[in-house]
Amino acid sequence: MTLAIASTRVFRRNWLVYRRLWHRSIAFGFLQPLMFLTAMGVGIGSLIGAQQQDAFGGFPYLHWLGPGLMSAMAMQTATFESTYPIMNKIMWGKNYEAMLSTPLSVRSLVGGELAWVAFRIGTLAAVFLLVLAAFGIVRSPLAVLAVPVAMLTGVAFSACLIAFTATQRNDVGFSAIFRFVVNPLFLFSGTFFPLSQLPDALQAVAWATPLFHAVELIRGLVLDSLDLATAPLHLAYLLVMAGIGAYLADRLLKRRMAG
Amino acid sequence: MSGPESLVHARGLTKRYANGFTAVDGVDFDVRPGKAFGFLGPNGAGKTSTMRMIACASPISDGTLRVIGMDPRTQGREIKAKLGVVPQIDNLDTELTVRENLEMYARYFDIPDNVARKRADELLEFVQLADRAKDQVEPLSGGMKRRLTIARALINEPELVILDEPTTGLDPQARHLLWERLYQLKRRGATLIITTHYMDEAEQLCDHLVVMDKAKIVAEGSPRQLIDQHATREVLELRFTDAARAGLNGQLEGLADRIEELPDRLLLYTADGERALEQVNARGIAIESALVRRATLEDVFLRLTGRTLVE
Repeated sequence: MTLAIASTRVFRRNWLVYRRLWHRSIAFGFLQPLMFLTAMGVGIGSLIGAQQQDAFGGFPYLHWLGPGLMSAMAMQTATFESTYPIMNKIMWGKNYEAMLSTPLSVRSLVGGELAWVAFRIGTLAAVFLLVLAAFGIVRSPLAVLAVPVAMLTGVAFSACLIAFTATQRNDVGFSAIFRFVVNPLFLFSGTFFPLSQLPDALQAVAWATPLFHAVELIRGLVLDSLDLATAPLHLAYLLVMAGIGAYLADRLLKRRMAG
Repeated sequence: MSGPESLVHARGLTKRYANGFTAVDGVDFDVRPGKAFGFLGPNGAGKTSTMRMIACASPISDGTLRVIGMDPRTQGREIKAKLGVVPQIDNLDTELTVRENLEMYARYFDIPDNVARKRADELLEFVQLADRAKDQVEPLSGGMKRRLTIARALINEPELVILDEPTTGLDPQARHLLWERLYQLKRRGATLIITTHYMDEAEQLCDHLVVMDKAKIVAEGSPRQLIDQHATREVLELRFTDAARAGLNGQLEGLADRIEELPDRLLLYTADGERALEQVNARGIAIESALVRRATLEDVFLRLTGRTLVE
């Protein structure tokens, strides 16, 4: 059994559980961007006058914000999917113990879980894009490429968080992850306001963090304003993060399961 | 000698954990095909660590281990394809139904869907859960979950089934049903490895036993052989009031081959328990109660380690 085939078995197990709940997940996938775009984009955005649009690349605030929220959704979904559910499979429900009593390898578990996160975020990103289109935010057919970028963002976060979860003995660390990693990234990655508003030092920090790169790519694709000079850099960052994350997830989960 | 006659062959098998604790300390054993092989010992004796090494779930620290003629260090995946594992704590997939648990597990072994469906049907019948096939796992009783775990362990038609304390925590009725199913499994020619700290379970199920204590094997043989070697045919159990026991002063001497003093009673090991009891009465020793019974593996364990199995 090759790694790819073995990973599809792990994927299929998640699908079996999900197919009973998929409609709920999709409905939530519509509702979430709808509420955020209405509250922040329309509600707050209408207070931001046309003369301030220069700060947002010449776009109305609602348009500028939409793709940023889509990127953040990828990060948040990946984080949630890779903390409590993975901990359950390691410790509480012992799913991995059962799965590793079969010819499945730890690598195929990681492969299957990452493929699953990619699928989940792919569907949610597609839904998000439809909502953005309904708001008249999408400006280019190339915007569909924002979906694979969101998937890559999800996989990059998920891989690192599976690695983290593999080292945890209880769920205390997860609230720290949400409080001290996910929320600051959500707020300070150019999601809600341009980084140029921050002091230089903080801008440099933002450049070093992952969500910023996802936001730049997804916003560029949706608003047809991609900076082709920096885009490869953003993409490379996410690819390297996914690669390192997957390597660590495999190593650390292997160590955990053999313990 | 290992050869084709030994499904599991261990020599000097050792498990040391990173914290320096030695859970298994140089044990030797051979599991013959078609037999039920038991590891009997108290909690912490090293039974589960041994099982985890056989199941390729935990790397061996030292010694030799061959499982179905293969090396767990390099052929874990090939070995696992031929093993059925029933862990001490159920790890069923609680987000799937009873039936899905079996079919999904079959997919992990790369068993085609149509074969998986057929085997799931047969196995649900075998463990008497056919009427619960569509139910979720969570509401099942402890005994039902165990039976489902056993069915799951059989989905790949394993050459060797490993059961780690299969009936711990079950009520007597559920235990007997489980024993009966395992007995049927044995009759079909399956090779079983069972760990237990219940001597009645070991006597019921195992053809061959090793007794483990403090990471080592302290005795080996069939249940009958072990009892013959390490205990007498019968045991006379005597209970006393505290005052009477304090005043015994060796009055029981010569009445038995050996006397074991437990906190709540004395055990007199003798070929004829009734005769020993007559002599106790003839000597006018004041007893609270007396019981004559056959010697069991519990007595063997007490003899070998000076402690009782379930403390």
